[in-house]
Amino acid sequence: MTAPATDPQVLNRIYELAARIRLCDERVIKMLTGGEMAIIYYPVTGQEVLAAASGAVLRADDYVVTTYRGMHDQVAKGMPFGPLFAEYMGRVSGACKGKGGPMHITYPELGIMVTSGIVGGGLPIANGLGWAAQLLGQDRVTVVNFGDGAANIGAFHEALNLAALWDLPVVFLCQNNRYAEHTSYARSQRNEQVAPRAEGYGMAGVTVDGNDAAAIYSVLAEAVAKARRGEGPTLVEAMTYRFNGHYFGDPQEYMPTEEKKAAKAADPVKALRRKLIDEGHANEEDLAALEARIRAELDEAVAAAKAAPMPDLAELYTDVYAEELAS
Amino acid sequence: MTTRPMTFVQASAAALEEALAIDPTVVMFGEDMADDTGGGVFGVSAGLSTKYGDRVRSTPISEQAIMGAAVGAAVAGLRPVVEIMLMNFMGIAMDQFVNHASKLRFMSGGQTPVPLTVRTATGAGFQQAAQHSDMLEAWFGHVAGCKVVTASNPADAKGLLLSCIFDDDPCIFIENTLLYFGPGAVPGEAPPPGHRVPLGKANVVREGSDVTVVSYGRQVIDAITVVDRLAEEGLSVELIDLRTIMPFDERTVLESVAKTKRAVVVHEAVKRCGVGAEVSSRIHEELFGELAKPVLRVGARTSPVPYSAVLEQAYLPQAPQIEAAIRAVTA
Ligand SMILES: Cc1ncc(C[n+]2csc(CCOP(=O)(O)OP(=O)(O)O)c2C)c(N)n1
Ligand SMILES: [Mg+2]
Repeated sequence: MTAPATDPQVLNRIYELAARIRLCDERVIKMLTGGEMAIIYYPVTGQEVLAAASGAVLRADDYVVTTYRGMHDQVAKGMPFGPLFAEYMGRVSGACKGKGGPMHITYPELGIMVTSGIVGGGLPIANGLGWAAQLLGQDRVTVVNFGDGAANIGAFHEALNLAALWDLPVVFLCQNNRYAEHTSYARSQRNEQVAPRAEGYGMAGVTVDGNDAAAIYSVLAEAVAKARRGEGPTLVEAMTYRFNGHYFGDPQEYMPTEEKKAAKAADPVKALRRKLIDEGHANEEDLAALEARIRAELDEAVAAAKAAPMPDLAELYTDVYAEELAS
Repeated sequence: MTTRPMTFVQASAAALEEALAIDPTVVMFGEDMADDTGGGVFGVSAGLSTKYGDRVRSTPISEQAIMGAAVGAAVAGLRPVVEIMLMNFMGIAMDQFVNHASKLRFMSGGQTPVPLTVRTATGAGFQQAAQHSDMLEAWFGHVAGCKVVTASNPADAKGLLLSCIFDDDPCIFIENTLLYFGPGAVPGEAPPPGHRVPLGKANVVREGSDVTVVSYGRQVIDAITVVDRLAEEGLSVELIDLRTIMPFDERTVLESVAKTKRAVVVHEAVKRCGVGAEVSSRIHEELFGELAKPVLRVGARTSPVPYSAVLEQAYLPQAPQIEAAIRAVTA
């Protein structure tokens, strides 16, 4: 049973995960700005709370599928910082031995099954994960994360129809951050929201404020519980905002200044932190200590990644097939 | 005649602008292409929607719908030029491009030609890993009915892209992101308006008599460095830039190899089942008895494009491999 969203323990847990994501995101950006690392990074800043809520709802054996903008989903699912940073830095100790990189972080032991760089690529795959669980008599649930832009690709339509038809234990979590690269949501379809499309597939669809911890937690908890009971999929549209554009360094000229300002003023991580303190669920010292612990963990992960060796060139010939290729 | 420097991005942009200006049936669409959405992720279409209005459109992220609309518009008499942001995303547009665009002319007994052009960027070297860097020209080379084209320098880019747009068959024009922004991104001279580079015709970049190197795209730039260095040693290498990858200019290649008796084919794509296999095979079929050595191929390792920079550099065919192959066939 999942605890109600008003449970202080739940809110504290969501904050802990959101803080891990925010501080990790800040660290990556700091390393990019300072020239410590040179990668193309799709910042998750502003989208932490919805991912944290998903992490708080899911069990360790549940599956997650995400995208290039997926660090928040991975960290929320428990992804340790060590193999994450090592992968970003192309080290052999990385989550994928340095072969996949930031766009393809995979950590099956915690259910982080597929991270795709192809918009919409994850949705049909989630159905396969869900079907396998159904067939094997497991009650694990799959959450597939994707953007508002991905709702316009054929794979979205095909995947939702199949999931509804087969009553698959899948939650389709559309993170509507209002932009797809440089194209605004309003420039991409007539409908004001994505969730009502679910009805067309015979599936439940809910639009929720993804930046409101209690609200998104309740919706996800219900969708996941329903999927776990074998009652089929849900399309959840979590409204949110991308604080740092499409990729780190994006000039963001296409994003209105006022809109950005308003979003940042309502920073969901800061808002949750304030709420915890204001409502007496946590105190400043405890949260500061938590944040310090996370920072120390990040320091350690980054130092370890830097010290780790690069992959051996022979790695080019392994993992291509089950057997090794002759070089 | 005055010339001015032109980058690869500017060259593609100039071709698009020229096509829009001279032919009202030319239309363009793709993700983020219009100016209110950034003028294209690489800025190639910047300014065009402002100037040409509705003929240049941004689309949702819907590669299948993009390609299908291009097929329909082409059948209806327009000349669509669509941008598939990165070549790997052709995976999503594949049915429309392969089963429809490339075959409708034949299947209809010649009644429905499909004069569309796909522009798509790709290339390894930026640590973009396995889903954003592939050279997939061999996929399309295998399909009868479409033409596969790429340029190694800005002037060719402009001339070839214009030829693709005004060709009456579906063309896929591959733009290498490293030539856009990487170390090979040296500007060339801007060709005059109206400049065209014909499809199906290779360019002899260096004339030589000892060995023929056949290449295209970015590897032509690498090959030039190698060939010029070897010239100082007294090795005379003929370097051919295919420009149209498929169907390729067999005549220029075979005439050259008939003269040199030796050949190396170089491309960035994975060597296995790559275009080099077809080129090499054609040389063997036509000139087997005259060859001094079997034709050698240089291409990427049989691996998805790896992320880690050390692996990516080892994956890619580089100048030393080109040189080694040339030395091996001339030894
Ligand atoms: C099939 C495909 N087409 C285009 C792209 C290029 N691309 C990468 S991210 C992106 C925007 C996706 O927007 P959205 O789904 O809203 O996700 P967000 O980036 O906002 O998280 C695009 C067009 C891609 N990766 N895959
Ligand atoms: Mg989005």
